[in-house]
Formats: sequence, C-alpha cells, structure tokens
Amino acid sequence: MQLALENKRRRNSIHPMKLALWMSLASISMMFAGLLSAYIVRQAAGNWFEFTLPNLFLVSTGIIILSSITLHRSLVAFRNKKESSYKILLVTSFILGVLFIVCQYQGWMAMQAAGIDIKGNPSGSFAYVISGLHVAHVLGGLAAMVVALIHAFKLDFRVTPLRINRLELTSHYWHYVDALWVVLFLFLTYYR
Amino acid sequence: MADSVDTTLYKKEDALIEELGYDDHFHEHHHGDKYQASFITKYIFSQDHKIIAKQFLITGMIWAIIGAAMSVIFRMQLGFPEESLTWIKPLLGKWIVVDANGVGTLDPEFYYALVTMHGTILVFFVLTAGLSGTFSNLLIPLQVGARDMASPFLNMLSYWFFFLAGIIMFISLFLNTGPFSGGWVAYPPLSALPEASSGSKAGMTMWTMSLVFFVVSVLLGGINYITTVLNLRTKGMSMWRLPLTIWAFLVTAILGLLSFPVLVAAFFLLMFDRGIGTSFYLSEIYIGGQALDHVGGSPILYQHLFWFLGHPEVYIIILPAMGLVSEVLSVQSRKPIFGYRAMVLSILAIGFLSFLVWAHHMFMSGVNPFISNIFVVFTLIIAVPSAVKVFNWISTLYRGNVRLNTPALFAIGFVSMFISGGLTGIFLGNSALDIQLHDTYFVVAHFHIVMGVAAFFGMFAGIYHWFPKLYGRFMDETMGKIHFWGTMIGAYVIFWPMHYLGMVGVPRRYYSFDAYQAFSDFDEMNMFITVGAIITFGLQLVFVINFFYSIWKGKKQTVRNPWGATSLEWTTPIRPGHGNWPGKIPSVHRWAYDYGKDGKEFIPQITPLAEGEEPSDH
Repeated sequence: MQLALENKRRRNSIHPMKLALWMSLASISMMFAGLLSAYIVRQAAGNWFEFTLPNLFLVSTGIIILSSITLHRSLVAFRNKKESSYKILLVTSFILGVLFIVCQYQGWMAMQAAGIDIKGNPSGSFAYVISGLHVAHVLGGLAAMVVALIHAFKLDFRVTPLRINRLELTSHYWHYVDALWVVLFLFLTYYR
Repeated sequence: MADSVDTTLYKKEDALIEELGYDDHFHEHHHGDKYQASFITKYIFSQDHKIIAKQFLITGMIWAIIGAAMSVIFRMQLGFPEESLTWIKPLLGKWIVVDANGVGTLDPEFYYALVTMHGTILVFFVLTAGLSGTFSNLLIPLQVGARDMASPFLNMLSYWFFFLAGIIMFISLFLNTGPFSGGWVAYPPLSALPEASSGSKAGMTMWTMSLVFFVVSVLLGGINYITTVLNLRTKGMSMWRLPLTIWAFLVTAILGLLSFPVLVAAFFLLMFDRGIGTSFYLSEIYIGGQALDHVGGSPILYQHLFWFLGHPEVYIIILPAMGLVSEVLSVQSRKPIFGYRAMVLSILAIGFLSFLVWAHHMFMSGVNPFISNIFVVFTLIIAVPSAVKVFNWISTLYRGNVRLNTPALFAIGFVSMFISGGLTGIFLGNSALDIQLHDTYFVVAHFHIVMGVAAFFGMFAGIYHWFPKLYGRFMDETMGKIHFWGTMIGAYVIFWPMHYLGMVGVPRRYYSFDAYQAFSDFDEMNMFITVGAIITFGLQLVFVINFFYSIWKGKKQTVRNPWGATSLEWTTPIRPGHGNWPGKIPSVHRWAYDYGKDGKEFIPQITPLAEGEEPSDH
C-alpha cells in the first residue's frame, strides 16, 4: 500500500535531474549538428583538401569506448555493493579518460606534422575545431568524474538512491561523449 | 466584479486543497528556509523562482530603456540630419563631432554601433530574457503546481549568466573603439576582421563573449523550464489541462534549447577566424590594397548557421507573448479560450515549422532559387497556424463579457499588431517580392510590428495582469490606459509610414540619404516618424513610473484571486512565500478554462467535477 502511494506520487519515473541532463545532451548534439552541417555545406562548395586522419585517433576511439565499459561496470558494482571493484573501475575509467585526451593531443600533433595546419584549408580547420570542442566536453565529463572520485574515496561507502543517481548522471554523460566521439570519428573518417 | 467575491470562497478553496491536495512534507524540512536566510540569499542570489522572475523583469526593463534611448538618438539623425546634436555631447562624448560653427553631428561609425546595439539588446536582452525569462520563471511553477523549478540553483545561475552577459555588453559601450557596429546579425567579413571597422575590434570580441554567456543563461533556464513542466506537474495536471501560457513557455524553451547551440557553433567558428586565423567564413579579401591570408571560406555559411537560430529566435520572442495574451484574453473576457486544442497544436506547428524557414532571410544572398522556393512554401505555411491563433483570439473575445482594463487592452492591441505585422510577412516570404523589398524599411516595419511591438504588448499585458501576483498590488489604471493608447497610436505612427519608404526602396541601415536625390521626398516622413518615436519613448516612461510607483504605493490587493481566474497561481496567498503554497500542493480536476460553465462565472482548476458534470477538456 505504501509502495503504491509512493508510485502514485511520482508522476514520472524519470528523475528530474536526468531529464535535465538529457535535455542538455540534446542541446550539445545540436551544436555538433550545426558544425557537421557547416562541414557538409562547405565541402560541397569545392576547394576542399582531402586527408586521412592519423591512426592515433583510432587508438583514442578504442580508449574511450573502453572507459565507457569500465565506468558502466563500476556503476553495476556500486549498485551491487561491491566496494573495491567499484572504486578500482572508477579510477580506471578516469585514467582512460585522461589517456583519451592525451591521445587526441598526440593526434593533433601528428596532423600538424603531416602538414595539416589549423589555418590552412577549411577541411583541416574543421577537423581540429570539431575534435577540439569534443575534447572540451570530455573535460567536463572528467570534472564530473573527479567529483565522483571524491565521493567514492571521501564519503563512507553507502549505496543510497541519491548516490546511485549521481553516479548514473556521471555515467550517462560519459557514455554520451563517448558515443559522440564515435560518431564524429566515423564522420571525419568517411565523409572526406 | 471580483472584489465582491465573498472571502468564504477562499476558505472553501483552502479546505479543498487541504482535503484533496497532496502532501509533499515540504514545510517539514528546513531547506525551505535556508534559501531566504539573509538579504543576500533572499533578494540577490535568490533561488526562489518568483524573485528570479523579478530580477529578469527589472534587468530587462533597464535594458529596454537603454535600447530604446539608442533608437531615439539614431532616429534623430534620420529625421533631423541638419540639426545640431551638440546637446547630447555630455552623454555621447567624442561620438558627437562639433564643427567650427558649433554644429554637432553624430559620428557615422557610432550610428552603426547604435543600430547594432539597439537590435542586439532588444532581441536578446529584452524580448528573450526579459520576456520569457520573467514569465517562465514566475508562471511555470505557479501554474503547474510546483514548489519551485526542478533546479532552483541552475535557475539562479541562469539569471547571473544573463547578468554577466549584460555587464560585458554594457562595458563594451564605453570602449574607445566603440561597441560592435556591424549589425545585430554580425555577418562576416565585417565581424570576422578586426581591421574591418573600429567596432569590429574589441567591441566585437566583447559582443561575442557576452552572447556566449547569454546562450548559457538561455540553456540553463530552458532546461529548467522543460524539466519542470514535464516532471513536476501536480496531481491531476495532465498536459491537456495546462494553461496555454505553459504550453507556450514549454515550446519556447525547446526552441531555444535546439537553436541556440547552433548559434554558439557559428560563434566558435567566428572566434577562430578572428583569433587564430582560420578561414571558415573568409575568402580572398583585400583591405586597403593588401590581400589577407584567408583563403577558401564562405560568409554564406555563417548566414545559414546564424539564421538557423535567428528564425526560431523570433518565435522564442513571440510565443511567450502569444501564451500570455491567450490567458489574459480568456480571463478578462470571462470566456474559455476558443479552440484550446487548436491553440496548442498551432503552437507546436509554429515551433516545428520555425526550423524549416531560416533561408527566407537569405533570398538575396545568392542561394539557389529552387531552394528558395521550398523556403517560400514553408514560410507561407507558417501563416496557417498563426491565422488559427488570430481567429481563436478574436472568437474568444466575440460576445465575451470583456473587461476593458489595461491588461485586456494590451492583449487586444497585441492581436492588432500581430495581424498588421503578420500580413506583411506574407509579402516578404515571397522570394520574388523580396528582390524589391529586401533590406528596405519595409522589412524594418514588418519585424518591428510583428515581433517588436507585438511582443512588447504581450509583455505589457502580462505585467499589468500578473502585477498583483508579483507585488501584491495593482498598477494604476489611468496611467495604464494613457500608456496603452499612446503606445498603440505611437507604434503605428512610427512603423506604418516605413512600409511606404520600403516599397519605394529606401534602404535600411543608412546613416544619411543626402547622396540620393530620389529619397529626399521622404524627408518630412522621416521627421514625422522621428517625432512619433520621441513621443512614444516618453510614454514608456509613464509605464516605468507607474511600475515603480505601484510596487510601493499601488492599490493593495485585498483578495487573492482579483481577476476571478481559474488557474493555480491565484490559489496561493497574496504574497506567496517560498514553496508557494503554505500547506499541501493543490490537485487539479479540470482544465484551466472553465469560465461561464453551468451558470458559474468561473470554476477554479482545484474544484472537483460536480456530480453529473461533464469535463470540458475532452
């Protein structure tokens, strides 16, 4: 009876914060959609220099996908009250996230070395700007993970709905920037 | 009238809320009070949506005065180019150049800066933040039956980002090189090259910074509005029972959320062109005989990205006004809104179509004429839901028991403006006619009437109508009526003649027409417009005086539902505290428009259906 009342009270099963997060993800998607459509329109106008992305970007794609998997496992472990694997996997995800950014940076250096300058043909400028803005969003995700790490190591280990929700918010955002990178990577690779 | 309503009615309402409302144990927690512990947390860094609404409103009003004063200055240049402007030199300083005879003239560069700033300030700071920021904040939690926004903290940040954006823009007005002067649309190459004009230097940098912060404010606000409407409605408040205001705010927030990020993308590319030297928007350009390094960019790309925001933006401005007007018209004419579902569907249709028409701003930029045709068709289709709304407003008024008070007058004035301005939109939406009309005063007349004045009228209707909810007092009716009639006549005096100027081809944005003999015929008309603008500006000060006078000295609100309205905001105490309802949250049993039903003047949403009563919202 109590449970039935409880369910009735909450009109929607989605937590408001989660809905708000998804809304902001829609908004970020629109920004990248704007950039990609600018890319497509500009490319159609000709005078477009074709180049292949350095392989380092493939490596970074692997890294960020892996980090998403570890973060998801960390969340599962937290839900199942497995403290040590939750913490280890969270730290691993964070390190992988940092590695992703390092790898992106190396990728830009490789592009630079291959003679693709940000000030050159717009095809190269777009690649730098799009991947750069993506990294800015990954930094936001890392900031959220820093908060999650502080919670993990400073607070007593207790599995509460509030803390599950917090970790879910972090992981949703992280999966989003992961999926976003995969889309951007495929786009930049195949839509030359 | 409402004053005669027996206060026992309110006792009955309170009993209803107590009996049927839902107890969220809000007042048992201490968090309700920590928001308002000190002066700073209560009035400055407030997280209460009602205070944030007032902050948006008053900030918007300050910007409206600044922006309108700018238009008066450049109208003086257009109407009386020969007159000496030495007397404003104390205000404008070096931008008034005084010659040997003591005749002061406005610096042409600064004329462009004034036009640019007038557009930017009015479109973004006044009619976006001041209008939707104020009323979404005030009405969403109150009308859906929520204690506050989904995230009061983000809501507070939304205001302070707006404030920051305003401060940056304000400082840019005092730069030695002047504020940005390349038009509010900031097209490259003028905006992308610091060497293009003096306003394109630091002025443009600050303009972009300011607007990026502004977008952050809009997004934080919008996320909150949408979440609150979708997630925090009270028991019984289905989507089809929402007042039209809420529908309008919801769709407005969705439009903002989907279109402003594209503007940010455009700004980022612009910043890279300006700062790093990329060539997204810049192609082979010579300045002073010198070829620039930029090769291979396309300025049209910026226009596409800009107008992908720019067109939804005009609906971001007008939809909240439409929502406010729908509500005010229904309440003040004591009739249910005509065609509620049609109203909701047309809001949705306008919202959807607004994303498919952006290139109608670019017919003359060399886009493919066949592509133009598609945009012409979608543009003309927008007239359909707009006409549905106009028809419904007029039908709501028809045979209504209309109280011709200031809010109702402004709401009716809105409908008038929306019709006059909307019709010229059909002219401009045709790419063939646009060859003649593009960039003329016809365009200026069109958008000022349909989204400038009309949106202001919606906002005024809202302010006069919900002033008791904001401050527990009424605004003065006499001053209100002077304000209405003056503004109504003044707006037509200013903008009606501009149609004629535009039809003959007088171009907008020109500092002076002395080089064109053909346009000297319009010197008197320009004078007429300028005199109208000065008088109308003066009349807005009546409103400002009325507003601040009434906050402290206005007629006191003695009953909590002075208009006899059905929606939830009028079931709160006259001065609602944090959390809005002192006890339980009311539950909702009917739609928001039960006026004149079953012989009753109005039935509040909190009243359960009587035995055998058919719900009106089927």
